[in-house]
Amino acid sequence: MSTVSTPTQIAPTPGYHPSRIDGLREQHGRLAWLLVLTGLVVLAAGCFLSWSYDPEILGNLSISFNPGSLQLFMLTAAVLALVYALAYRGPLRGLGVWIDSAKALMVLGIGALGFMAITLAVVAVTSSGLINIDPGGWVSLVGSLVLAVGGSLLERRPTKDTLHAQLPAWVEIGTIVVLMAMLLFGAAYALGQTDGNIFGLFLVFVVAVAWSLFAAGFFTWLGIVAQRHRRVLMLGAFAVAFLFPFTQNGSDANMSIATQVLIFAATALGLNIVVGLAGLLDLGYIAFLGAGAYTAATLSTSAFATIGWKPPFLVVVLLGAIVAATLGLIIGTPTLRVSGDYLAIVTLAFGEIFRLSMSNLDGNNGPDLTHGPNGIPAIPDLQIGSFNFGDEHTILGFSLGRFANYYFVLLVLALVIITVFSRLNNSRIGRGWVAIREDEKAAEAMGVNVFGLKLFAFASGAFLAGMAGTVKAHQDVSVTPDQYVFLESAFLLAAVVLGGMGTVAGVFIGATILKLLPEKLRFISDYRLLIFGVLLVLMMRVRPEGIIASQRRQLEFHEEDEALAERIEEVHLEEEAQT
Amino acid sequence: MTVTHSAPAAPPADGGAVILQASGVIMRFGGLTAVNSVDLTVREGEIVGLIGPNGAGKTTFFNCLTGLYKPTEGQVIFNGAVLPPKPRAVVLAGMARTFQNIRLFNNMTALENVMVGRYCRTSSMALTSIFRGPKFRREEAATRARAQELLDYVGLGRSSELLARNLPYGDQRRLEIARALATDPKVLLLDEPTAGMNPQETRQASDLIFKIRDSGIAVVVIEHDMRFIFNLCDRVLCLVRGETLVEGSPTQVQSDPRVIEAYIGTGDDDEDEGAST
Ligand SMILES: Nc1ncnc2c1ncn2[C@@H]1O[C@H](COP(=O)(O)OP(=O)(O)O)[C@@H](O)[C@H]1O
Ligand SMILES: [Mg+2]
Repeated sequence: MSTVSTPTQIAPTPGYHPSRIDGLREQHGRLAWLLVLTGLVVLAAGCFLSWSYDPEILGNLSISFNPGSLQLFMLTAAVLALVYALAYRGPLRGLGVWIDSAKALMVLGIGALGFMAITLAVVAVTSSGLINIDPGGWVSLVGSLVLAVGGSLLERRPTKDTLHAQLPAWVEIGTIVVLMAMLLFGAAYALGQTDGNIFGLFLVFVVAVAWSLFAAGFFTWLGIVAQRHRRVLMLGAFAVAFLFPFTQNGSDANMSIATQVLIFAATALGLNIVVGLAGLLDLGYIAFLGAGAYTAATLSTSAFATIGWKPPFLVVVLLGAIVAATLGLIIGTPTLRVSGDYLAIVTLAFGEIFRLSMSNLDGNNGPDLTHGPNGIPAIPDLQIGSFNFGDEHTILGFSLGRFANYYFVLLVLALVIITVFSRLNNSRIGRGWVAIREDEKAAEAMGVNVFGLKLFAFASGAFLAGMAGTVKAHQDVSVTPDQYVFLESAFLLAAVVLGGMGTVAGVFIGATILKLLPEKLRFISDYRLLIFGVLLVLMMRVRPEGIIASQRRQLEFHEEDEALAERIEEVHLEEEAQT
Repeated sequence: MTVTHSAPAAPPADGGAVILQASGVIMRFGGLTAVNSVDLTVREGEIVGLIGPNGAGKTTFFNCLTGLYKPTEGQVIFNGAVLPPKPRAVVLAGMARTFQNIRLFNNMTALENVMVGRYCRTSSMALTSIFRGPKFRREEAATRARAQELLDYVGLGRSSELLARNLPYGDQRRLEIARALATDPKVLLLDEPTAGMNPQETRQASDLIFKIRDSGIAVVVIEHDMRFIFNLCDRVLCLVRGETLVEGSPTQVQSDPRVIEAYIGTGDDDEDEGAST
């Protein structure tokens, strides 16, 4: 085909079909960019005016030329939109070659529109009447609307693959560091919000910005950069997690949530070995956490503990893990010969059997080991040497409360689990697991010990959950059977699937979403099953490989996607060339 | 070219020691007897051909040899010991195979595919893998080096980082051979290694099989392409409806009227063509 015949018909992406919106884009290309500029200026201008008559709502949004935090969010969005707009046409063209600024502007505009709409709705509802919305609010709403329309009408342009972007190493590392710092302060800020509405709106803002960056292709680039500087990323993430308690001024409220998130994430990561790496569906995983917790409780110095032996805590951790792993072997040996759905049913039943056993070992129906439904209360805090985990300690002028102490232990535990996870993944054993997931028969015919590897995945997953359980018992103070219901297993699995099977970062994100949201947003906690169910269904529809996808899983879920396979190959070759 | 290559190395019928001996192998699926008391003897350094019309039971016989099926009757003796019908035991003993319908690990790279083949000859277990001592690193490096060497050997050295599913068809077949070779076999079973290949690729495949044989590995190969098989094999076995019809040198089998009849009887076009050459 000659180049002159259809100059505007270059499809930016494969599988792209021209539609009505493209006609509009063609007609209004020039106008759209001006609309974008107008929109973002109006949006920003509105932020300097009052949004709400009532100063009590959503922080204080009522003072002109003194933006409140929500107004600062929208100002940030406007600045980001300006960067995209100038990358599309203007001094930042160099950047525009790499990023899909048109799409990013559309997403950001829609996000800002949603943010403004919710904000104004909250103002109107809580202060009873639209009348309480000040002109600034309307101005910003209109600005975001114009921005969204302009962004949608911008003509899409093909971009270069960021894989080939050659930036100096310090820029790449700098980006990681800045992102980590933003993560730390973002998390501290979000957890500091007592007003559920502000928390929710902050999330809307974060999602809008992240989504627009995603649309721009920023995260694809970030993924490549993260691969290249894996060490820096790990170190940075750990530094953020480590520093987090120091941002809390000794307050236990948020640290308690953070500890719960961490314990949930650590357990989910153990499950990820079973589900994500070995490809076995385990619906009773919570039982292994319970096994660890019960072991720790019965060996603790609680007055209700039923075993007289009181070994030091490190021994307890090991014992809890061994008990859980043994249970894993007992349940795995007969059942791992069945596959898929059958395994799911058997493990589900096992989880229930564990819970029912724990609530029946009360002396009436067998030995009194667990005190039945009442469980084992009054488990004392951990004491290692002279360091009591129940006390508040002051380090370098920062006071760290009870939950912060447990948080650090759990952080170490999470680190252990991450190490085990990623080292197993990148080894002979990990290759065996992938081979089994790909084609079990062929793997067997090539001499891979299929049954042994499955059993090992099951047992090592159980081992790690058992370890987490021993800490959980002390942190929760009491252990009861109803902490280990099926729903908890389902949530763990949801965290893995939502975050990304076979990845570490994904599971942490999934666990955070699933644990943090219900804590902070009360209205979610009433409908959390419904909301998470819908979320999972949507996820399966649009991105079955999870928020953070492991390359292999992505390939598995998109068997017929040639472009994806070729891209991932390019990444391989690039990496190969670097080493 | 290939003929001259094969001629000097072709051993007399009872040259090397017997490495594989299957006797009276019967495989029944319900009422259907897919393999009916088939005997097969393979000596070291031999290339044995297995021919027969579609549905004759050739693949099923391979499955019985490699433990994917447990034969209803009969036994397989490998290197002097009875082989249990377990795939892993068979591979460990030294017999590896490829599949008629390619079964690669599609989402792994070519190199990783071959590395999986090394699984049974390496031993790093959990703790070694987690603590990453010198043994682990040595073994990983050796596995990688050996896998790359095998890829070079089958002519895929430059494709090592490509995903198996993106390789051209002929390369996928060769990758499967490399993966099987990675298990250090003494006997290699190839199930229709040239199916779907063009003449040039077929020639490369027979060169590769000669090369493998010359490195001391016995090869049993199922094929429909008669020119390929008669040129390649020291001995040919013809199966029809699960039973051995003829066994002998390529010339004997080629000229046997029953073989020609068996193929013509199926009415399959390209097989007729093959048999008549
Ligand atoms: N798993 C099985 N169950 C039932 N019948 C089978 C099975 N595998 C093979 N068969 C039958 O055995 C016969 C031989 O098949 P096969 O060994 O694949 O033939 P070939 O490889 O010679 O073309 C066919 O009739 C086939 O339908
Ligand atoms: Mg066959």
